[in-house]
Amino acid sequence: MDLTLLGWGDAGWGDEMFYGALMTLAVASCSYAVGIVIGTGFAAMKLSRLWVLNQIADVYTTVVRGIPELLIIYLVFFGGGAVLRMIAKGVFGYGEFIDLPLFVTGMLCIGVSAGAYATEVIRGAVLAVPIGQIEAARAVGMSKSKRFWRILVPQVARYALPGLGNVWQLTLKETSLISVIGLVEIMRQAAVGAGSTKEPFTFYITAFVLYLGLASISNRGFLRAEAWANRGVRTA
Amino acid sequence: MDWELIQESWPVLVAAIPETIMLVISSLALGFVLATLIAVLRLSTNRACWAFAYGYVYIFRSTPLLVQIFLIYYGSGQFRPFFEDIGLWYFLRESWFCAILALTLNTGAYTSEIIRGGIQSVPWGQLEAARACGMSRSLLFRRIIFPVAIRQALPAYGNEIILMVKATSLASTITILEITGEAKRIIAETWSPVEVFIIAGAIYLTLNFIVTRGVQWAEIKLSPQLFRDRPSMVARLFRGAKPDADTAVAVDQQVR
Repeated sequence: MDLTLLGWGDAGWGDEMFYGALMTLAVASCSYAVGIVIGTGFAAMKLSRLWVLNQIADVYTTVVRGIPELLIIYLVFFGGGAVLRMIAKGVFGYGEFIDLPLFVTGMLCIGVSAGAYATEVIRGAVLAVPIGQIEAARAVGMSKSKRFWRILVPQVARYALPGLGNVWQLTLKETSLISVIGLVEIMRQAAVGAGSTKEPFTFYITAFVLYLGLASISNRGFLRAEAWANRGVRTA
Repeated sequence: MDWELIQESWPVLVAAIPETIMLVISSLALGFVLATLIAVLRLSTNRACWAFAYGYVYIFRSTPLLVQIFLIYYGSGQFRPFFEDIGLWYFLRESWFCAILALTLNTGAYTSEIIRGGIQSVPWGQLEAARACGMSRSLLFRRIIFPVAIRQALPAYGNEIILMVKATSLASTITILEITGEAKRIIAETWSPVEVFIIAGAIYLTLNFIVTRGVQWAEIKLSPQLFRDRPSMVARLFRGAKPDADTAVAVDQQVR
């Protein structure tokens, strides 16, 4: 194992791997944001009184949680361009081939998958708010929006935090799958390095350590956030 | 929608189901043995054992399965002379061996946490009562701890099985032609992802549906007393039970 390969600068791959890690972080953060937005929307649908909305949200979570992410990535990667082209042709009369940027493709795939998990987390957190508190808020004459922002949101955020921390960890790990479509993040960079130096172990163990580092640091961050959110909450 | 393509490709994808099932069953079986061992180490009072189990679980749960697979399959190539010397190269050059090894190590880490949770959920009073009756350690484990823990851990383990069915799709990245591998091949040949995705997706959903119902059936079989008052066990089985609201928060979403 030749560790000089991992040096900084032109001679080594250290800086390339570092930028790969930044790309992983960027794509994971964007997918996570997409996932939370989707998750909030579908959680609202699952909690709605309308049967149709319930069913749509159920189908979404069942399908996305039951199908491998890799398959979803292939669908969007190979099919996304064709769909865009169809829209472009139909609406703008533009018939050239369009490709979705890799970053956007990856972000959408991982975001959709993270969204399914986030849906369950947020739905659970909303249901964990005692109904008596909502009744009490109504009894003191709070308006609907005030009940939502003052009673529901702060508690849901607190209850959802551990679950959302899990969703972040999964998002971070799932970004490794985007390497199969060629976005240059940790995994892809490691594959490129392994291919040109014939030292695959050196590069994949580096990737392994980078993921471990990212996961540990962010895990610590979430634990802190939880401690902050639960300050003043009495526990046994 | 290209119906001809659907007609042509579904037998190919269905023919790949045994490959997926073989991967799932062998890695789950091996992983369960490994997980029991790790869980016991994790619950041991010996500090070294505890640290080893903790580190193992932490490392394997914090890194993507894809890295683990590549590290074993491609990474081992760097030390080929060494592995040839000790006679392991014969296995490590086989992609199915590397896939099963990686999946086993991975599921072992997740499953050990499930088993540990199950064992820790056994009420202390029951253990005291069993000891008071004069049960030996092994009898205590067989008659009290194991049966109670397994019922407690079953729903979480059902989740793990589904995650494993999904995880086997990563074996396609090291040339194994299971369902996702075949799907990728057909998509790359025909450039019609939607049709192939629908078939492959339907196969995965069916597999996971069978797993879910199988686990529910096992749950009812193992603790029929909990379901006696329900209108009909069979009806419940086929309607599907929604998880209770308060358990939804605690759902531990482990992912690879």
